[in-house]
Order: sequence, then structure tokens, then C-alpha cells
Amino acid sequence: MASAEHRKVLVIGSGPVKIGEAAEFDYSTSQALRALREEGFESVVLNSNVATVQTSHEMADKVYLLPVTPYFVEKVIQKERPWGILVGFGGQSALNIGVELGKRGVFSKYDVNVLGTGLTGIETALSREIFRETMKQHNIPIPKSASARSREVAISAAESIGYPVMMRVSFNLGGRGSAVLWNEKELIAEIDRAFAQSSVGEVLLEKYLHGWKEIEYEVVRDHIGNCVVTACIENLDPMGVHTGDSVAVTPAQTLDNYEFQQMRSVAIRVAEAIGLVGECNVQFALSPDSYEFYVIETNPRMSRSSALASKATGYPLAYVSAKLALKHMLYEIKNSISKSTTAFFEPSLDYITIKMPKWNMSKFDFVTNSVGTEMKSIGEIMSIGRNLEEAMQKAVRMLDINGEDGLVGGSVYSSAINRKDIEAALRGKRPYWFLYAAKAFKDGFSVEEVYALTQVDRFFLKKIKELVDVYEGREGKDQYLRLNALVFSDKQLGVEKQKSMAIKQIDTLAGEWPATTNYLYTTGAGGEDDINTDTGKKKLLVLGAGVFRIGVSVEFDYGAVALVRIAKRYFDEVSILNCNPETVSTDWDRVDKLYFDELTEETITSIHNKERFDSIATFTAGQIGNNLSVALEKRGIKLFGTTARNIDSAENRDSFSKLLERLDIKQANWISASSFNDIKAFIERFGFPVIIRPSYVISGSAMKIANNMEELNSYLGAATKLSRKHPTVISSFISEGTETELDCASDGRNVIGVPLCHVEEAGVHSGDATMMTPYLDGGSMSRMKEIALSLANELDIKGPFNIQFIVKNNEVLVIELNLRASRSMPFSSKAAGISLMGHAVEGIMNKFEWNGFREPEHHAFAVKSSQFSWGQLKGAYPFLGPEMRSTGESAAFGRTFGSALVKSWLGAQPNTIPKKGVLVYGDIDRGILKDAADSLARNMEVMTLDFAPMHNHHTIDAKKALQFMNSKTIDMVITNSDMRGLDYNIRRHAVDMNIPLVLNARLGRALADSMFSSELDCAEMREYWSDGMEGTEKVLQ
Amino acid sequence: MGESAAYIYLEDGTVLCGESFGSSSVKTGELVFTTAMNGYPESLSDPSYKGQIMIMTHPLIGNYGVPEKISQEGILHNFESEGIQVEGLIVSELTRSSKWNGKLDLGEWLDREGIPGVQGIDTRMLTKKVRDNGVMKCIVSTKGAIDDPRKALGEDYNSINFVERASPKKPIVHDSGKGNIVVVDCGVKHGILRGLSSRGYNVVRVPYDFSADRIRSFEPLGVVYSNGPGNPNLLAKTAESMRELSEYRIPMMGICLGHQIAGLAFGGTVRKMKFGHRAVNKAVVDSITKKAYITTHNHGFAMLREDVPEEGVVWFMSPDDNVVEGMMYEKRNVITTQFHPEARPGTNDADFIFSMFDNMIKKDRGSAYG
Repeated sequence: MASAEHRKVLVIGSGPVKIGEAAEFDYSTSQALRALREEGFESVVLNSNVATVQTSHEMADKVYLLPVTPYFVEKVIQKERPWGILVGFGGQSALNIGVELGKRGVFSKYDVNVLGTGLTGIETALSREIFRETMKQHNIPIPKSASARSREVAISAAESIGYPVMMRVSFNLGGRGSAVLWNEKELIAEIDRAFAQSSVGEVLLEKYLHGWKEIEYEVVRDHIGNCVVTACIENLDPMGVHTGDSVAVTPAQTLDNYEFQQMRSVAIRVAEAIGLVGECNVQFALSPDSYEFYVIETNPRMSRSSALASKATGYPLAYVSAKLALKHMLYEIKNSISKSTTAFFEPSLDYITIKMPKWNMSKFDFVTNSVGTEMKSIGEIMSIGRNLEEAMQKAVRMLDINGEDGLVGGSVYSSAINRKDIEAALRGKRPYWFLYAAKAFKDGFSVEEVYALTQVDRFFLKKIKELVDVYEGREGKDQYLRLNALVFSDKQLGVEKQKSMAIKQIDTLAGEWPATTNYLYTTGAGGEDDINTDTGKKKLLVLGAGVFRIGVSVEFDYGAVALVRIAKRYFDEVSILNCNPETVSTDWDRVDKLYFDELTEETITSIHNKERFDSIATFTAGQIGNNLSVALEKRGIKLFGTTARNIDSAENRDSFSKLLERLDIKQANWISASSFNDIKAFIERFGFPVIIRPSYVISGSAMKIANNMEELNSYLGAATKLSRKHPTVISSFISEGTETELDCASDGRNVIGVPLCHVEEAGVHSGDATMMTPYLDGGSMSRMKEIALSLANELDIKGPFNIQFIVKNNEVLVIELNLRASRSMPFSSKAAGISLMGHAVEGIMNKFEWNGFREPEHHAFAVKSSQFSWGQLKGAYPFLGPEMRSTGESAAFGRTFGSALVKSWLGAQPNTIPKKGVLVYGDIDRGILKDAADSLARNMEVMTLDFAPMHNHHTIDAKKALQFMNSKTIDMVITNSDMRGLDYNIRRHAVDMNIPLVLNARLGRALADSMFSSELDCAEMREYWSDGMEGTEKVLQ
Repeated sequence: MGESAAYIYLEDGTVLCGESFGSSSVKTGELVFTTAMNGYPESLSDPSYKGQIMIMTHPLIGNYGVPEKISQEGILHNFESEGIQVEGLIVSELTRSSKWNGKLDLGEWLDREGIPGVQGIDTRMLTKKVRDNGVMKCIVSTKGAIDDPRKALGEDYNSINFVERASPKKPIVHDSGKGNIVVVDCGVKHGILRGLSSRGYNVVRVPYDFSADRIRSFEPLGVVYSNGPGNPNLLAKTAESMRELSEYRIPMMGICLGHQIAGLAFGGTVRKMKFGHRAVNKAVVDSITKKAYITTHNHGFAMLREDVPEEGVVWFMSPDDNVVEGMMYEKRNVITTQFHPEARPGTNDADFIFSMFDNMIKKDRGSAYG
């Protein structure tokens, strides 16, 4: 055990949000940090993901905003000399680093204890080959399989196993590189990409168990071998669909006692075989028509499914695992929900949960629009109900898919697609298969027919069919009671209907023990509330951001968590409503009450009717919040902060532009178009390019730049579909401008704000842009401050807000105003060393103690970079535009802009500093690209392409470029704009081979100028907030 | 709800209305709940539930139907007895099966066995009532409303000997191996029989009130006092036979009710619990090795730490409350568990208890023959 003076533990985070590694690791790391604090340990967290809750001093004693790479982890170990390290809480990224540093002898060199499951056990689980052998030794059933490290071995292995085979990749995440292969030709086409995804160049080929069910067990084990299995998750999608993309039900619904227990016992044996200390997930394939089953794999760490299982059962797996890593025994830890029993138990659920994934496929051109072995979903939700239909209906609404207000009756259900289209959608595993299944049953498909197309267990298909039958009035039962229990929304029913709803508690023990739990959900299938809501307390409800999608991610959760913490000073009871199991905000230990439920007007209103909140905060709920504000205020609910009327004035392009005119604030020329003639007239006057922007959107959904009439016509159709209630706004697009932002908080008169400046030119969505602070143009900055004060006063802004500007020729133009927490708020807060959310709450409560505009002092540079998930989205064409496509962000500080930029950029995967050669090419901004190429050429070979040649640089053709990428002669690509007709294969190959790809000339030049000359200093966050910069270690690259 | 209405009457005056399934009948019993999320064919056929009406706390029950019986030498592999033992079943929602081995739907099975069922009930609300008020008498009617439920609800259940109803009238032999193990059958679960037969023994089930001499007439290598329903304090004869047999140091095992009978036989006391332990997710901790196991419990009576006989050693404890979950009586060669090592439904974690008993027998035979 650690001595009293040496109780310090380093926790490795998972880096930026990417497909396959999202906010669930903020949840797990945050719980681990809480457990460490409880045990009296000093905690140090290393993570480049600035938007997380874990990278704040409220959670960790020390925060290193650095890339999650072996190099930087070692630097921090060298500096901090921790007693122990936790590598099981930051996803696959952290785990891989643990294995790597173990191999390099770093832990023994610095005398660091690896806490929890040992590195040998981790490697057993992660290496497909070692895992296979270990399972065989322990007589654990696995499918026929063989591992391969070369193309030849793979071909002969697949031959002997027999097609179809499933190809899996060692040491990877999100199923990247995996595939179901039906013949040798497919194997040859996929194998190189698969090898490239494995950090050890190893794949496993196994018999593909077509149509088998996929079942997951969550096993917890302490160091003396006590084991519990806390959850069993049943995936509705069969084998062949990544579990991250599967619809999943907890607890398992179709297993009888025998098979449930057989697999449970095997799951425990798997945990024993890898020497688990903490938690692991064991995946099984189960035959749909016999008791036969196989172990598929195990993840010896916190995972997406462990976050889901924690929320589904009320058993805090990450917290318990952290305690187990510190050598506690399971029955010594209290059940944090019931508080009267211990953590050595297996939760019993008296409700059903469903997890459904959220996809954003329409944002990605050419992406394979089908669900398979590689995870593609961006977010997920979990619904809770007392019957399956209720849970499914709620789940669909939580996904916030336009036009779908439940499992039945929505856009797909009412569409005119024919039998063939339905079959194609189901067989082709189109996202949201369940909507097509409901449509199929509406149109007369039988359960057997849908089963043949989907291999989803008939039990669930029958339930969908029953729901359709009720909705279509095919059942003669008492309609009212049925409708109530199956929670049809008003929108589905087409009328506002009085429905009864009960508030139930999640207590882990199905009501067996009295529990004072605050973890709640609502149900239409219940007669009695578990709690008394009439308490006379001063209550605030905070809305979470719901399902994550491109543009709404962990940064909003950071805001919600900060808001809850600070609002407790002013309210007796702060509750949260959210439905995203990946989040920290849904950690019931942080709030007075957690409502795990729908973020819909109907549900919020029905909870409010019982709770009578004093006010509801919508500004941490992303776009959902803004969309709800008006509706809630109309129902007489008081919003926390700016009024809905004023939010509406900012969100509605039309009224906002008029307001700017009135305040004499410059903006681009614009028109609110209600007819095509309006648009024509506008273009005749101001010309192209124009930007098409529907109201009430986040992340630039359907936002497009049109350079000519043809593009305009093609985009208009898509955009107008998105927002029926609001007109489409067309404005002049200002090219070549610098985009800047202010992240602010106000009390209605005074403002505190942090300026941000984009590296990329205007036209790249702010969510995809590289941002830096401070902003050094004093003239523009003073105009930005004036505008912020003027808008805050005019709209009586109370709380957080963000303004986006374009600065061109010393003129400051406003692009938009967002009266909510912004995506960049965690970054700007941490960069400036302040809590903007804290100021926002103080602003709302009229506690500001200064006048005018306050800008925090800066002592260092901070840069935020974007994480893209192109590699995971097979076929998608990588490029940047006004629509957001990145999935996450990383950030870093530095004493120079270059240092901060390089570290920030390295924090996103798969970025590395090139060692051999860089391919630079592009059709616009060629001067900037040439600068980048010239700069790079001082350090390495630079190549360019024959269709965009560049003076003084070696020109190659596309074929050669692909070959050089294969041989890693090219290990970085810098390009810009959209050249899909010429370079689709090059960009695609770069991301498929994990080669860093820079998609903007300005960013390329900035990196080229800094990569080889910047000091990559490693300092704790606080050190950048003061002049001293004490203890900064200068590391020469 | 018209014809399909079902009624639930409780001792405290509560009346609930739901939707009926199963047979059309009126049954009275003690209202209990189980938090097991699956394994309903095993639970419903467990003789320890005799005289009880069961609430299942998981909201969907029936999802995988009811399989065909599989048996070997008369010992069932997938049921705990030949038929349903509970008096009635209350669930939130009854579902239908789509599983490959679901021979009957649960509703059909109840109908065939003459057992009434009620669905459409807020089972969490009802469970909390039992938890807060303790077990209650209950009537389930699927034959319409009842005029005077108080009469049936007035009966004193603690004085009814349910074991008499669950125990066989004469010995039953399962010829499954070599050497006899006598099971004093107070309503034994077939899981226990299988735990013994799978280790190569003949299993002889005898009535609960057989004397020690009659038990000894089978020349048992070991004796098991089984699980069973109701109040152990009514089973003086059974306790007497156990005490007498222990004088001969025949290896003995007590399970659930058998554990309580041993406690009574060797000088301890057994008391009624407020609402019992009925679940498959219960922790027990081995007081000696500190290892913990997830086990199946089904008991409304218990020995607390202060109730145990002086000569015994507490073997297992529940870490959640003060209930003694296992005892060792070394001098008498007796081991007992309050939990069910055969589980069914439940985990396989405690199967090793049968192996321990097997070893006790082997050791005993070693000393006898060696």
C-alpha cells in the first residue's frame, strides 16, 4: 500500500471524443477520481479532451491537458512520480498506452504500480491470439478461429475455417477494420486496412456465426477472487453488428435460467483467466435455436457497455472498480444506491432499459449507409420503462430524429416506401431498423418475414408488431389504458391527451429494501409515485443535452455538471433531466434528483406538474434546450436565465438580423427567403457565394455554401425539409475573413468573456476549426466587446452566451449569437482559468461585482483542435465546410502559439509528427499550401500531386501516392477544399491507413511552421494561469 | 376490463383489480415476492412456495415460455417438481414465448395446472407494501369479485403444516447410482436431487416424519434434510430424527428448511422474518475463507446470529443483515446452508457445497472401511 506521504495516482483519460470512445470515459474517469479522493489519494489526470468534467480541479488535484500518447504519459510520470497508475478508465486508448509503457519498462523504471487488472491480463484480453489460446487452456468455448499477421496466413486461415468469416482486429476500438467476409476476394480487399488498424498488426479470423444472438455480461472481481455479474445486456441486433451500433436491452429478456447461468459462470471463468481486478465485459454469441454458445471477446476495462450497465442497473461500475483497484474487497464497499447493502450483489431490475444508437450518416458524403461490424454511431440514449413498448417508444423520441415521435406513426411509418424498399432497408441494415420494422408490420409483413430479414429475436419483433396493432386499432382491448401504458406521445396520437404517469425509483433491488435513492424515471404503466414531490423546497431543474450527435457532445455535459454544482448554492434541490447513459450529468451522486427520461415538452411538463420547479435551465441542453425554451415558457414555466422570448429573437434569423440593424452592428447581407423569387433578387444584387442556413440548427445541419445557381438549387431542397416552422435564410458568404468568437456570461448589463480566434478561414464550421486564445488584434477585440455589451443589454441576456464574428479588413461582422452554453465554453473557461458557467449562474442571480466588459488575463496560449472520425466512417469523403463533421476536440496550452498548436493537434488521433514524407496538394489557397510545403521541406521530403503541381516539389501521381502511403513513405497529407472528383481515393486511403490528414491550408501552414521548432512543455493546468510558469519542463522534440 | 378482470384482496383491506390469466379460480395464500428476473418455471414449481401467492418484481414474465420436462431416473432437469406449487401468480405483464424450446406459454401452463394469474398490476407498489407491512394473507380471484374476503384472510398460516402437503406419503427411489443418500423430503427441489444423483448416488426420498430408525433402514451413506414450505417450529418429529441420526455421525446436510431444522434440533431458535429473502442475487460470506458467493434464497424464517446452537460454528453470513446463512456442526458431521446450493433459479456459485458433502461421505466411508 502507498505510504501516507506518497499517495498519488495518475489516471489516463481517453482523449477526444471519437466514434467508439466518447463521453462514457469521462463518466468512468470522473468516478475513479471521486473514489481516489475518498480514499485520500492525490489524483493527477492526463487527457487532451478539454471538454470533459474530469479535466477540472473540481475532480482532479492536478490536470495535464496533453495528448494521450506514451511519450506524454511518460513525461508526466517523470515529473509527478506517482505511486500508482490507472489505465482501465480511459478506454482502449489508455489501455494500449498502459501495455506499451509496460513493455518499455517505464513503470518499473519510475516505480509506478499498475492498479487493477495487471498488464499480462490486459494483454491476454487484447491480443486475439493470446486470448484464443488462454480460452482453450481453460476449456472455455470459442468459435473456430485463427490469428494472422500476414496476408498469406490470413488467406489460408480463412480457407481452413470456411467462409463466411468474421475478421477482428487486435488492440483496436470501435471494431475498426473488422468485417464479415463471404469469400477470398472480399478478404483480400479488406485485409490491408485491417492490419493498419491494429497497433500490433494482428487480425483474427473466426467462423461467422450468422444470425446468432449477441449477449454481454459485466463481471466485477476483487483481488481475492470474489466475483459478481452485475448486468446481462441482450443485443437485439444479431452477431455481425458492432455492439456500439446495436439496440440493446437490459436485463436480458429471452434467456432462461439455464443458459443465463451457464454463460454467467463462463463469464466469471474468463475474468479469472485474465486475473481481472475491477470490471470487464464478456461478449457471447448464443445460438438462436439451441443452448450452444461461444465466448467472443472481453474488454478488461471500463467500456461503453459498462457505462450503460451502470446507468441501467444503478450499480456504479467505475467507482467500484476504482475501489477494487485500491485493494478493497467487494463486500466492504457499500451499495451506493441502497446505502444499506454492500457492492457484493447482483442488481435486480423491476423495469426494462433500452439503449439505442444515434447516427449522423447524412453529414458524410459517400459513407456506407449500413450498420455492420465497425461502429458508426455518434451517440446513444437509454430509455427506462415498465414494459418493452414503452421503453421503445421513449427511446425513439430520445433519439431526436426529425419527424419520429415514437416507434410508430412517424416519417418512416407514414412514408410511401413500398415492400421492396422496406425489405432493402431491413436486409441492408439501414440505421434505425426498428422504424422500418414497424413500417413493415403496418404494411402486413409477418414476424417470420421480418425475422428472416433482420435475425432480431422474434420476441422483440412481436412486441413491435403488437404496438403497431394497438396503434392501428387492430386490437379490441381497452384503448385508453393500453395507450397510456405504451406511452404514445401527443404528437403520435395527434391530440393532447390527459395521461397518467408515475415516478418510480431505481433502487438496484427491485423494491426489496427501502432505499432513499434519487435515481428516477417516469412510466405510464404504474399506479403510484415512489417519492413525495410536494416538499416546499426551492427547486431547479437542469436539462441535459440528451443524445450526443455531431455538434452536441461532452462539452454540454461539462456545462450541465458545472451548473448543477454551482446552482446548489442558490437552490435547495437541483435536479437533472437527461437520457444519455454516457454522461457524467447522469451520475446520480452529483444531483439531488436524477430524472433519467425524455427531453420532450410533454415529459418535462408532466414531471413539472408534480414537482413544481421554481425554474428550469435549458441553456446546457444544446439545441434541444433552445428548441424547448419557447414551448416551456408558453406553458408558464419560468426559465433559469434569459427569457425564451429573447432566446427566440436571437435564434430566429429574421428577427435577429433586424435587431442587429437597429443596434448598428454589421452583418453579412441576408434575406429571409420564403420564395425562390426572393432568392433570385438577392443574388442579382449581391452575387455568389451565399450561405444557406435554416433557423434553429446546431452544428450547421444542412448549412451549405453555394457558389452558383446549380449548387443553390440542389441544396435548397435538403435545407427546407429540416425546419418547417422557420424560414430559410440566405446570406452573403464572406470569404477570406478571420472568424472569431466570444464565450461570455452576463447579468443583463455587464459581461465577462473570453475571445477565441479560428486558425482556419471563415467557411469552416466553428466546431471543426482550430481555435486559439488569446486573440491579439486589439482593435477588433474592442469592437467585439462593444457588441457583446450591446447585445447583452438589448436582449437582457442572463447566463451564458456565445457570439461568432467575422473580422475582415478591420471590420467586425456578427455571424450569430447563441444564448446558451457554447461548445467551446469548457475550452475558453480552462484556457482563461475561470468558470464561465459559475459566472453565468452569478449573472442570473445578479451577483456580478464589476461593470462593463471583463476579460480575464492570459498568461499562455491555448489551442483547441478537432478530432475527426473519418476512419470509422467507411467510404466517407474527408473535407471541411460550413457543416460540422468532427466528433470531438483536444486542447493544449503552450508558452508559444506553436507549442500549444502542436500539442493540441497531436492530441487528436491519429496525428503524429511525420518522419518521412508529406504529401501537400490543393486547388485553392495554393500560396498558403506552398508556404507549408516549403517550410516542411527543410525537415523532410515533400511531395505534391500531378493534377495540382507545385513549384520546387517532387510531383507524383495518385497511384504512386497510394503506394507511398502503404509503405509509409508518406506519413502525412496536407490538402484543402473539396476535390472529390480527383482525390477521393487519396484522402480515403490516408484515413484508412491511419495517416494524419490535414484538410485546411492555413492549418497546414501553421503546423508546418511549428512542428519541428516548438518546445513541447508539460505543465499542470494551473501553471499556465500565472506568469511564473514554475516547474515547466522544456522538452525538445 | 369485463370478463377478464381479476381481483386481489389483501389482509390490510387493499383491493386491486387487474387482468386475469391462467385458470379461472379463487386461491388464498401468503403474499410474497421474488426479485429473480428469470427462472420462473423453476420458481413456480418450487415446493417451498406451497401456500404462497407470488409477485414477480420483473415486469415482463413469460418471455421464453415453458419448456418440455426433461428428466433422468425421475429427477427433473428443468423444473423443481412435477407441477406448479404456488397458489397464484401476480405480474406486471404476462408475455408469450417465441423461444425454440418454449413448449407452452406461461398462461397456458397456469391454466393447465389450475392456477390463477393476474397481470396489469403495479407490482412495485405491491412489493413495497409487502416489504413495509410484512407478508400478508392474500386472495386472488379470476372468477369475479368476492363478497366477504375477510373470512379466508383470517386463517392463521403460521400454524398450518405445509410440509405435510409437500412431502411424499411413502419413500420414492431414484435409482441413479451406487449407495443410498436419503433425502428427508419436506418438499424437496429436484435441483437438490440432481446435485446428489449427478455425484453418482442413489437418491431415496422419505416422508418428512420418518423416524431415525426408518431412515437408517436404507443404510444411507448420507442424509439430506431438504427445503420446504412453512414454519419449521411445527416439525418437531423431523428435528428429532435429525438429532438422533447425528449421534451416529452419518454425514448430513441441511438445506434451507433443513438448515432451520438442524438449528432447532441442536438447540437453536428460528424466527419468522418480516418479509423473508426470496431472490437469486443474495450475497453470503464464508466466515472462514472470507470468500463471498451470490446465492439463491427462498425463506420466510431464519436464524439470526444470536439464535444459533452453541455447539455450531457459523459458516456463512449475509453481509446485508444479521441472518445466518450456513452452519457447521463438526462433532455431529453436519453442514447446513440457509441458501440453496442447487440454485435453480440462480447462479452456479454454490454448487461446491454438494461436492463438500460428497467429500464428507467419501471421508466417512474411508474411515468406515479403512
